[in-house]
Amino acid sequence: MEKQLLLGAEAIAQAALDAGISGVYAYPGTPSTEITEYIQRSPQAEGAPVRSAWSTNEKTAYESALGMSYAGKRSLVCMKHVGLNVAADPFMNSSITGVLGGLVVVVADDPSMHSSQNEQDSRVYGKFAMIPILEPSNQQETYDMVRYAFDLSEEMELPVLLRIPTRLSHSRAVVSRKERDPQNRLHPSTDKSKWILLPANARRNYQKLLEKQQKLMERSENSPFNRITEGDGERAVIAFGIAYNYAMEVIETYNLNIPVLKITQYPLPEKKIKAFTEKYKNILIAEEGYPQQEELFKSYFGNGKFRGRLDGALPRTGELSPNLLAKALQVETDDKKSIPQIVAPRPPMLCKGCSHSDLFDVINQVISGYPQQHLFGDIGCYTLGALPPYSSISTCVDMGASITMAKGAADAGIRPAVCVIGDSTFTHSGMTGLLDAVNDRSPLTVIISDNGTTAMTGGQDSAGTDRFFDICRGLGVEEAHIRLIVPLKKNLDDNAAILREEFNYDGVSVIIAQRECIQKRKVKSEKLSANNL
Amino acid sequence: MQRNLIIAGVGGQGILTIASIIDLAAMNLGLNVKQAEVHGMSQRGGAVESHLRISSREIFSDLIPLGKADLILSIEPMESLRYLPFLSPAGVIVTATGPYRNIADYPDETALMTAIRSSASHVLVDAGALAAEAGSAKVYNVVMLGAASPYLGIAQSELEKSIREFFSHKGEEIVNINLKAFRLGIDNRTK
Repeated sequence: MEKQLLLGAEAIAQAALDAGISGVYAYPGTPSTEITEYIQRSPQAEGAPVRSAWSTNEKTAYESALGMSYAGKRSLVCMKHVGLNVAADPFMNSSITGVLGGLVVVVADDPSMHSSQNEQDSRVYGKFAMIPILEPSNQQETYDMVRYAFDLSEEMELPVLLRIPTRLSHSRAVVSRKERDPQNRLHPSTDKSKWILLPANARRNYQKLLEKQQKLMERSENSPFNRITEGDGERAVIAFGIAYNYAMEVIETYNLNIPVLKITQYPLPEKKIKAFTEKYKNILIAEEGYPQQEELFKSYFGNGKFRGRLDGALPRTGELSPNLLAKALQVETDDKKSIPQIVAPRPPMLCKGCSHSDLFDVINQVISGYPQQHLFGDIGCYTLGALPPYSSISTCVDMGASITMAKGAADAGIRPAVCVIGDSTFTHSGMTGLLDAVNDRSPLTVIISDNGTTAMTGGQDSAGTDRFFDICRGLGVEEAHIRLIVPLKKNLDDNAAILREEFNYDGVSVIIAQRECIQKRKVKSEKLSANNL
Repeated sequence: MQRNLIIAGVGGQGILTIASIIDLAAMNLGLNVKQAEVHGMSQRGGAVESHLRISSREIFSDLIPLGKADLILSIEPMESLRYLPFLSPAGVIVTATGPYRNIADYPDETALMTAIRSSASHVLVDAGALAAEAGSAKVYNVVMLGAASPYLGIAQSELEKSIREFFSHKGEEIVNINLKAFRLGIDNRTK
């Protein structure tokens, strides 16, 4: 079959299309965004329609994917690791209902927090829900596993979690495709006891889930993805997911004769692991993420033969690398050079001409006139308002938290209580918090920095575009206190006056600061000039 | 055959285009390719790099091990030094000399050039002037690809083929400007 150079993320998308999905559901989030984008622009998806528009958040995405599965069709749902926190409710319960059409949940973890607030390990969630987890080591395995995952999902009637790290999602390699499956026909479930999680049904379903565990274990024991590379001696490596690549890189480069057990399908194949570990005295556990399996192998009372992130053989946090594995395997490497001192850090920054920068200028000017200067921030490009020259925001925790934290701070007595949130983040998780504030009449000013797009992740459609005034009015914010401003230097004084009025208002106010993202504008004008050629 | 290349620059400078052209040429030759790139927050004017590995054998790690890069190809002089720990003892730096100043504490240019000269074998390229000569500031990155082409382990004719392939959807004029940029990069390297 056809060979293509694909990002790990794109390999997932192509495999899902080839597996006959009828829909993909997702909210953008680095490093998962490219999966859905690939499906959106794929001519294959146009041929046999695959539903692919962005969802408002990960929870709505997950539930829609589950509904498609209920209808008997295959669906894919994708998110970044912290997105699974938002979707955790349907995720956990979908293992109790089970599925009908194959449902594959892709979660892209971000070890080292390249673009994230934490480095939580989604394998913990997979185990929590007691569903199969696949953790591919490379792009071809990613493709093969997604194909396998849909079959496994339908056979076991469970969602399957596919976990990839940033490094795999954002790295290209040549991938061979396999023959395509057609889409499932519409054949909705008629088994109500499966889908209505009343306690009596839920208890019965939970029992079924427990009974499936033995079968899942057998699948892992016999999985072609879990395999041994032979070697000699007393040392060995058990490598999970992408850690396998780093171990093999070192072993091949330095001609080490060390056996490696590669595990990329869970639940853990107990027999295979026991048989392997009995043969060796010194075993390095290499996993990208939390030392989850290492903890298990060492157990409470310690077992000296296992080494890894817990005893310092590998660092406790952050992404693995060939050099870290080399060090753990006591290999002498060529890493003698350091970064010359003359090199200055070059952190990301707001683009030249960005609307957020003019907004921060006016907020800083107005807020400096108050003794208490707190600006609750949120997740998006405007989080860069934390850095100089703005140094504006005081917090950034999770999607939507700017509004609710500002509300709590207002309740505690902070005046003015002001927060800034992007348009896409507002519809993702901000609207419910605003409703809380309205119901409580909390003295709070919400500034929606509306640039008309989900900019941070590359300019995806934003769910509430052109409707923010109506949404806020609908949630009960008084019309007189929903203000529109255009954040431009020439409007600085007028905008400052509006901000000051609303900061001083003893109730809920919303300021919609509206100006198109400069990047989006650039893309638009490039398209326009290309069309004119 | 095996080559490990770090391509460096600042978000928006077109390093992924360079990587894609090399990828395409390597793939056309039936070689294995792995190319790790940076997406997300750093693309907003921050330092970005791509690890590109080409080999006739299986490639395991997406990341180049420290001390194993044959080449640092940088579109910006200071960025060429940020990845120095990856460069092998025999490795080469090919860098554009025009600084991209979007930070307040950008180092002194003379000191920077001295640091590059003392760090490794190096090729310094006035990519701005050559891009202008080729006909567009946009082909800055392709000039640099030309300058680095002797170190890629891929014949220049193969790279030209993939430049054609890569830009063909943009029309013959764009293809020719890029080819001209590539050749100017090859010819005008100054040690």
